Amino acid sequence: MAAIAIPHPASPAPRRVSSWQTWGVLMIAPYVLVFLVFVLYPVTYGLWLARHAQSYRTLFEDPVFFRSVLNTIVFLLVAVNLKFVLALFLSGFFVHERAWIRWLSVIFIIPWAVPAIPTIFSIRFMLNPEWGLINSLIFRLTAQDGPNWLTEPSLALFMAMLVHIWKALPFWTLILMAGRLAIPREQYEAASVDGATAWQKFKFVTWPSIRTLYLTSTLLSMIWTLGDFNSVYLLTGGGPADLTHVLATLGIRYIRLDQVDQAMATIVVALPFVLPLVYFMMKRLSVDDEGR
Amino acid sequence: MNKFLREARLWLVAIPVLLWTLLPIYHIFLFSISTKDSAFSGALWPAKPTLHNFVTVFRQEHFYLHDFWHQIWNSLWIACATGVLTLAIATCAAFAISRLKVRGGRTVMNAALFTYFIPAAFLAVPMYKAMGSYGLLNNRWSLVLAMVTLAAPYAIWVLKQASDKLPWELDEAARIDGATPLQLFRLVYLPLMTPSLVAIGTYALLLAWNEYLYAFLLLSNDIPLAVGLGHFLASDDSPWELLMATALIYGLPPAAIYYAFRRYMVGGLTSGAVKT
Repeated sequence: MAAIAIPHPASPAPRRVSSWQTWGVLMIAPYVLVFLVFVLYPVTYGLWLARHAQSYRTLFEDPVFFRSVLNTIVFLLVAVNLKFVLALFLSGFFVHERAWIRWLSVIFIIPWAVPAIPTIFSIRFMLNPEWGLINSLIFRLTAQDGPNWLTEPSLALFMAMLVHIWKALPFWTLILMAGRLAIPREQYEAASVDGATAWQKFKFVTWPSIRTLYLTSTLLSMIWTLGDFNSVYLLTGGGPADLTHVLATLGIRYIRLDQVDQAMATIVVALPFVLPLVYFMMKRLSVDDEGR
Repeated sequence: MNKFLREARLWLVAIPVLLWTLLPIYHIFLFSISTKDSAFSGALWPAKPTLHNFVTVFRQEHFYLHDFWHQIWNSLWIACATGVLTLAIATCAAFAISRLKVRGGRTVMNAALFTYFIPAAFLAVPMYKAMGSYGLLNNRWSLVLAMVTLAAPYAIWVLKQASDKLPWELDEAARIDGATPLQLFRLVYLPLMTPSLVAIGTYALLLAWNEYLYAFLLLSNDIPLAVGLGHFLASDDSPWELLMATALIYGLPPAAIYYAFRRYMVGGLTSGAVKT
């Protein structure tokens, strides 16, 4: 960008440079327009709507709000970490060179490839306490009634986490697998020669190489999980008695109740947690960008 | 013996993974070929498998299915419009930033990344208000434009990464030959970028077809199939077997497209998603 030539009326070059710049501006304009109209204006307008102190007072008096904040924190800590421990483990499984494991990895990606609604509804029916597949199986095997998966609040929230993990696990496993495959094979061979156990190989070869990837992915996944509306809403609808809402579904709940100011206030309250994560991710990507 | 143990350990991981992955999928299939009675009996295989549910869906012979074909058409229309628009906007932007080095390109890139990282469910609330003030609510274009907004940042980012890898000599040569930026774009850039363009077009198309939250917020009368599926939950005695048959029809095309373009998707997208 600093390479723009100083205007030099005699030579034809500057005119050409400026014509290239004009084309650049023209071609970037559509996206800039989209950003201004559908991101910048909505966000500014939203913040304007959220300016009343009264919205926050009402919000803080709403017991559903506190429950949602708590649920969100639990969801982020448990679901994201459980997902990544599983992804780390499974990525180690899928790097084995077998034809059948390659086929299994093709099947394994299905939850990521199909839309959310059919599968989440399917799981919702499976968990129905009276006629769902899971409780039917439990009854057949143990002659006992299974739990009320979706009407017991903490159990229902945990089921929503499982839905989230079911859906997102393949993607993160693939990412960590790519990280593992980038490690030079010689390092493992050298470790074998030195008589390293599988655990030592992981600790001294694999983990140091993929640690940064693992942590960046965890952070990115936290941001996305924060915005995971489907896993909770389509499974429990926020129920029973609004006890399984997370911040992502709470904002939408307020919209449905026609309390848009409250919905915006919810998001503003979440911003102090979201923005540092967003800032950190943007910085990481920019560094990568300059590094090439 | 040792080798056998090692294989057995792999299978010990493989079987739970397979069950975990396929059970919800199989359950959709099971419901869609079951009669209502058999679906609710908790059987693992229906006594009399039937395709009747699909016939009912195709003939729209149920209250929840009256608009089935129209909803599919809406979904298709929205997905295609999103795919084409995203592709056009993102390709031009990536070209301007990466090859034309337009001034302010970096700022635009950051704005796009910012949009990419803001959780979509949070942006939904202000977006809903803004669409209202534009008078676009209940118009299919509102969903298309919202999905373009969500898809374009990632699209631009991936296309810019791919574009940065093209040899700079091509541009030099084109400039010396007196090519205009438009010729460079059309004759050099587009042909070389085809694999990434396929990946990004597919990505945007699937994103729009699969979207539920924005669809149900922005559209309430003339809805896509995703929202139509959600309506099944309105009552307790819903015909789950019909819902699952419809859900299967809804879920198959994106899955087929995903697998058809998996080569591009894995190469073009996962590598760009997170940098080591």
